[in-house]
Amino acid sequence: MKEEIFVSGRMNQLVDPHLHIWHWQISLYLFLGGMAAGILAIAALYYIRGREKDYRTAVRITPFLAPLLLILGLVALFIDLRHKLYFWQLYTNIKLQSPMSWGAWTLMVITPVSFIWCALHIRDIFPKWDWKFKWLNDLEYFLNLHKKTLAWIMLIYAIILGIYTGILLSAFNARPLWNTSILGPLFLTSGLSAGAAVTLILSENKAERRQFARIDLVLIGIELFLIIHMFMGFLASTQVQIEAAKMFLGGEYTVSFWIFVVILGMLFPAILEILELSKYHIPVLIPAVLVIFGSLMLRFIVVYAGQMSRWLY
Amino acid sequence: MRYAMAVDTRKCVGCSDCVVACQTENNVPIGFCRDWVVEVMDGTYPQLEMEIRSERCNHCANSPCVRCCPTGASRFTEGGIVVVQRSVCIGCGACIASCPYDARYPHPDGYVDKCTFCIHRLRKGMSPACVDVCPTKCLSFGDLDDFHSDISDVLKRRKYKTLIPEAGTGPHIYYLI
Repeated sequence: MKEEIFVSGRMNQLVDPHLHIWHWQISLYLFLGGMAAGILAIAALYYIRGREKDYRTAVRITPFLAPLLLILGLVALFIDLRHKLYFWQLYTNIKLQSPMSWGAWTLMVITPVSFIWCALHIRDIFPKWDWKFKWLNDLEYFLNLHKKTLAWIMLIYAIILGIYTGILLSAFNARPLWNTSILGPLFLTSGLSAGAAVTLILSENKAERRQFARIDLVLIGIELFLIIHMFMGFLASTQVQIEAAKMFLGGEYTVSFWIFVVILGMLFPAILEILELSKYHIPVLIPAVLVIFGSLMLRFIVVYAGQMSRWLY
Repeated sequence: MRYAMAVDTRKCVGCSDCVVACQTENNVPIGFCRDWVVEVMDGTYPQLEMEIRSERCNHCANSPCVRCCPTGASRFTEGGIVVVQRSVCIGCGACIASCPYDARYPHPDGYVDKCTFCIHRLRKGMSPACVDVCPTKCLSFGDLDDFHSDISDVLKRRKYKTLIPEAGTGPHIYYLI
């Protein structure tokens, strides 16, 4: 038997007895950022493919949520900082090795782009909108001319934002649960799935709803594949990662993860969407809200569980 | 220049003098510590083995904290010492999450704090406070590139290990066994 104790009584706040430096702010931000990334990526993709008329809600209406989600996420991030007044130091340099630096710069691009996208579609919400100033009208005309370029920028940065929410965590090799490259694609897929679910709720067009139910179904399939893949990877890896996986396979996060994320957030909505697609009438709100809830729970559980996983010594 | 420290686990009695010296020297706020003592008991009675280690930041050659810091507040300085520049630190906690040794803590003033090898003392030609104060002289400190330094000498003569070398950090605290 091996027993280790701190004889000097180390009890650093937020670090001992196990790390708990990041709380709801980070989880919430990862969720909001991921969902905004999903919404913007889908809008940009369908615009670029010229399907604006078929999927009007996804391209023109749902993106109105994105700036709101991003701003809320940024507020959460700001609350999390402990040296708040120095936050601008993020923008005094670019550190390519630090995912957080990447994220800060990505947000610097995608947030204004999402505002511009909304400004270009403001007449879909307020039909009589007038910019009042001539230069604003000129600017709108100019941006409308280059809308495709804008859509490409939005698509690329939305994907970077979606992946980065996962890579942010996977860059920490000190926390074996996070230290898997699957986390990037998993969070991106989860964000896209939440984004598709928002359109599913807002859309009033039957054909569009069917399409987004189908998209959600495919994304849930990919998510399940990635989750299985992630656990296979953990179990075939070193002792520390086996210990990390055990938290979900019999350990303290087993119930919350498999029930809230996998069953309620993925399997159950998938079944409901299959029923919907095969002509049964299901209130669309139920699977969509469950998908969004599952996406939120995934971030919370991964952020909290990751901080409990550690190197054994 | 590569600063490093060796802890003789066969001499250390776990008195925690290094911890108190550090807290006093560096004005570490109450309830926090930059160094700490770990006692490991291994085996079954009566075949028991005990190891006592005075632990601190490993000033890794491949520091995850320096890599993950988004602002460059965590950085290398002379002799490979990893320091936090307070005026650049935003207190995001990325470096704390990235450290496999949990050697960092959030200072109540907002920035992140950790062992500096008492860099302010080194610049005056003194040793770190923990090394100076150790009653059993189990801590040796010096420059690995200087073949005549205490640390080079003791690492030549003794067997040693580092903590979690498999994390790929290249730690600079050596534990003599």
